[in-house]
Amino acid sequence: MSAPRVHTGKFFMHGDYACAEGALAAGCDFFAGYPITPSTEIAEHLSYRMPQIGGTFIQMEDELASIAAIIGASAAGARSMTATSGPGLSLMMENLGLAVMLETPCVIIDIQRGSPSTGLPTMAGQSDVMQAQWGSHGDYEIVAYAPSSPQEIFDLTVLAFNVADRFRTPVILLGDEVIGHMMERVVIPNEDEIMHWERKRPKSPPGNNGNYKAFLPDDDDLVPPMAHAGEGYRVHFTGLTHDEQGYPAMDADTHHKLVTRLIDKIRSNADQIIRTEEYFLDDAEIVVISYGCTARSARRAVREAREQGIKVGMLRLISIWPFPEQMIKALGEQANAFIVAEMNLGQIRREVERFVSQPVIGVHHAGGAMIPPEPILKEIVNCQLKTGEKPWPKVMILRSD
Amino acid sequence: MRTEIRISGFGGQGVGLAGNIVGKAISIYDGREAVMTQAYGPEARGGASSANIVASERSIDYPFVQNPDILIALSQEAYTKFRPDAKPDALILIDDGLVHPFEDDQPYGIPATHLAEELGRRIVTNMVMLGFFTAVTKAVSREAMEEAIKSSVKEKFIELNLNAFETGFNYVKEKTS
Repeated sequence: MSAPRVHTGKFFMHGDYACAEGALAAGCDFFAGYPITPSTEIAEHLSYRMPQIGGTFIQMEDELASIAAIIGASAAGARSMTATSGPGLSLMMENLGLAVMLETPCVIIDIQRGSPSTGLPTMAGQSDVMQAQWGSHGDYEIVAYAPSSPQEIFDLTVLAFNVADRFRTPVILLGDEVIGHMMERVVIPNEDEIMHWERKRPKSPPGNNGNYKAFLPDDDDLVPPMAHAGEGYRVHFTGLTHDEQGYPAMDADTHHKLVTRLIDKIRSNADQIIRTEEYFLDDAEIVVISYGCTARSARRAVREAREQGIKVGMLRLISIWPFPEQMIKALGEQANAFIVAEMNLGQIRREVERFVSQPVIGVHHAGGAMIPPEPILKEIVNCQLKTGEKPWPKVMILRSD
Repeated sequence: MRTEIRISGFGGQGVGLAGNIVGKAISIYDGREAVMTQAYGPEARGGASSANIVASERSIDYPFVQNPDILIALSQEAYTKFRPDAKPDALILIDDGLVHPFEDDQPYGIPATHLAEELGRRIVTNMVMLGFFTAVTKAVSREAMEEAIKSSVKEKFIELNLNAFETGFNYVKEKTS
């Protein structure tokens, strides 16, 4: 049984299936995972599609093994992926740090549900945002994208693979149950129109070992070229602090140099990684910041407030990490107030507060139900009424209905 | 304009496929926007299940159906559960062989299950209802629905499903009261 790798066409498609199709279109040929609601349909669809294109699908014994398998497959040259939800992401945290340390590209899909712990398996959440950045021990920078539609799950899954390969880093797709389980139009382009950034590869052939160092960047993007297992290069992989050859080097200077390079590798290339959407921001005095499914409600709230004559706009975070701090700072030059709408109790609101001096008002919900447009619109109207009033009261909405 | 459509029934009546076909017809073949959501979890197992579609001329922000403009009920339990959420003046379509409406309600009725049985396969009850829905509500074009059916069912069942759709489409539309 065979079928095309890229399912070109126009479909009314489930978000999780769009993710699976995005992975295949991006060239993913290795999936290892442990099914968990609400990401299960990704594994389900890939279990059917991977054999069609000669790829590998493995249902692992758990999430620890799942991420270990995709790191190994990546080291051997595959574009590899796993898919999970909050509880599984927690179990993947140790090896997420290993992927950062070994600079092995891989994609981790997290379709978020109500958390902490087992939480609300079948209902939406957006509360893994901070875990994505800080869940593994140590200092590092992660890349994370947050889709707002099935089309964007497809597009951002493709982007995630390319960013992972280009910068030798794990990339997390922070989806949510609403987007993962909704059906909407998805347009899949022709195979030759799918973006493709190459993994950097050694310039000298194997066998000439003095010339290739697996952890030595060869230009100022700080990304070392990557040899693949089995090609004949002598490469040593360890989670211990290592030198440019990959051998353990237990000293403070090497450690500081390595960890700062891993962070700078992402920060200095942030302009190639960050994606945002601006909506009515040009003359906005009130700026709404939102992402994922919540951004759909925020968009309607902004549109309805505009119809009332309120100068409000939205910055939609398509990428969440690295955080677009320069953009937020620039908006601080024009805005009187910020509103952050998110299905958690203030994870991105606190980030925004770090970069602006204006009041930052949260519209929050712990998860289980998508935030509708009304409470966001209500806060926009409140902001408008309070303009000029000091001191600004900080409003935190905890909806209990 | 935003139109909210809920298709409801009990498990096995093909509510999910029916929703999928309506969403596909609108968003792929009619050139408008559509989003479909379904209930997941224990509430979706047995009992009254539903497929929910939001249709609009422009991109859809909030994707959930709150107060349906159009409600299809293929079972009594689904009607009793979902009728109160629908707008008072919503278009209500029922299988009037199975559903007894509230006294003050005036739904459009079709014996969809019975008509499907006459076609030889009760499994196409959902297609009979979709034909009726298309003729009564005009929420989506007949051509788009037929294209969506053709691309959603196995090839050997296309004819049966299109026949069922046509049966429902041509059913004399009369309000039961």
